[in-house]
Amino acid sequence: MSNEDFKPVLLARLGKPNSHKLENYKADGGYQALAKALAMKNTEVIDVVKTSGLRGRGGAGFPTGLKWTFLPKDVSGPIYLCINGDESEPGTFNNRVLIEQDPHQVLEGIVISSFATRTTTAYFYLRYEYGRCYRVLKDAIDEMYANNLLGKNILGSGYDLDVHLHRGACAYICGEETGLIESLEGKRAWPRIKPPFPAIEGAFRRPTVVNNVETMACIPHIINHGAEWFMSMGVPKDPNNPRDAGSYGPKLYCISGHVNKPGLVELPMGISARDLIDKHAGGVWKGRKAKAVVPGGISMGFMSEKELDTPLDFAGPGRVGCLGLGTAAVVVIDDHTSMVDVLYNACRFFAHESCGQCTPCREGTAWSTKILERIRDGRGKLSDIDLLLEISGSMGTIPGTTICGLADGAAWPIKNAIHKFRPEFEEYIKSGRRSESPALAGAH
Amino acid sequence: MSELSSNAKKVIEEHLGRYPSKQAVTLPALHVVQEEKGCVSRKAISEIADILELSPAQINDTLSFYGFFRTEEDPLGKKRVWICRSLPCMLRGGDELLAELCSRWNIQPGQTTADGEVTLELAECLGACDGAPCMLVDDELTLCVTADDVEKQVRGGA
Repeated sequence: MSNEDFKPVLLARLGKPNSHKLENYKADGGYQALAKALAMKNTEVIDVVKTSGLRGRGGAGFPTGLKWTFLPKDVSGPIYLCINGDESEPGTFNNRVLIEQDPHQVLEGIVISSFATRTTTAYFYLRYEYGRCYRVLKDAIDEMYANNLLGKNILGSGYDLDVHLHRGACAYICGEETGLIESLEGKRAWPRIKPPFPAIEGAFRRPTVVNNVETMACIPHIINHGAEWFMSMGVPKDPNNPRDAGSYGPKLYCISGHVNKPGLVELPMGISARDLIDKHAGGVWKGRKAKAVVPGGISMGFMSEKELDTPLDFAGPGRVGCLGLGTAAVVVIDDHTSMVDVLYNACRFFAHESCGQCTPCREGTAWSTKILERIRDGRGKLSDIDLLLEISGSMGTIPGTTICGLADGAAWPIKNAIHKFRPEFEEYIKSGRRSESPALAGAH
Repeated sequence: MSELSSNAKKVIEEHLGRYPSKQAVTLPALHVVQEEKGCVSRKAISEIADILELSPAQINDTLSFYGFFRTEEDPLGKKRVWICRSLPCMLRGGDELLAELCSRWNIQPGQTTADGEVTLELAECLGACDGAPCMLVDDELTLCVTADDVEKQVRGGA
């Protein structure tokens, strides 16, 4: 399918009047997938999702159906589904739009996924900042209880499910699935050492699945139209790479930064950053050129201008040295912007959001920020560049020094910025220039 | 006298049935108290701990992890305004917006105006990068804001 023929799936109801109301969702065919799924065996639902090749949309791209099969087969007592609505990766806002505009699409996916995983209580962890989403979801959940779509004996199937909303408190680390679980349990959001993985021992020490909001929104469509339909979109798996799981289905791309029309676009997986910017975001603003582009939230690093033809599928960004597709949040940086300032902003973010549990992350994010502050203050040394690289190479799960991936995400922008834009850092330091950021005392 | 209002106690009670552990009600309890009082006092911490059968230290441990909650020494103003400073907003003037508000209101981020009306905060990505720079007033997002927009919305243009 070419991108020109593509009709939005997840955003099909965007902009319709009262798209968030149950009656309108039903009038557009909503909850037919749920009725269909409830007439199947739960294992059949898992099989369809597994066959479709759906991979988690939250950042790691783990195959959703496969994740569900990791739950123990014979388990007595509760299994929990946690919905990760803690979307906090800079540049990312697709969950916000999905929830505000079409909450029932997400909730239908949650009920189907809960049924598939034999969950009877699901927790929707929503970042505090999304107050409007909270109110929209609360009303939508009330509508569902009133219409036998939640509660006891859903649609006469004998299946029971409760969904509870749980609000976060402004901490990026709650997006890490075991950090989310700890936060849900009422503790500081310190990610857990794995194994055990959540499927074996998660929320309240019970088997648990954690899935992203956009992933949930895909589920009703897969049940309605089948695995083959889902696989007709996107980028097939590489036959020469047995570890490639392919990049199937539609994807929401967030575009922000220096473009004429920032916004949310849905396309089959695999569009290039260049096409996204030029064809779907009105091009780079003020007639300028792009200097660097973040492929999927700042933790994924940077692509340079000459790498912009890279397809934004699960495998593409990694081929040009980025950490991955992440959340597919594309942030465009124009050629009038200093990469020193951009990297400082990224480092400052991670220093603020490191949970402090692992020394390499806590110290690495803080020191890289301090070094960049020194450079921006005109007191940098050329050796600072290699020092930054050394720090970035010593923290994260990829060198194996931390419990979770936050440190990898903090290190990647440093690695990419220096490898791809080193002369700019050298020139900045040699010139002794200073960035007069309108920054503020004690502001980090 | 009880520090927790009857409404706060009711909300906490309602949440208890939703989780298999009482500790899981910690965040909902902290939220309802801060929403009502603009801070979570030591006395409130201790009363929440009693209801959840935890020690006050456990509640404080969670509270202090999230920069979101305020103590009685440092309560919030009537409105809490968060200005986003993450990359997509920085690229479109977020830092300048924050600096302008600091100068107009004569406060630093984290502080409250002398009349107790507005607390100004720095936010990490608010998830509204399609409308950068953006702000959050209490828990409602506004996209594409200027300093004049912010003043009009939170101070009635005064």
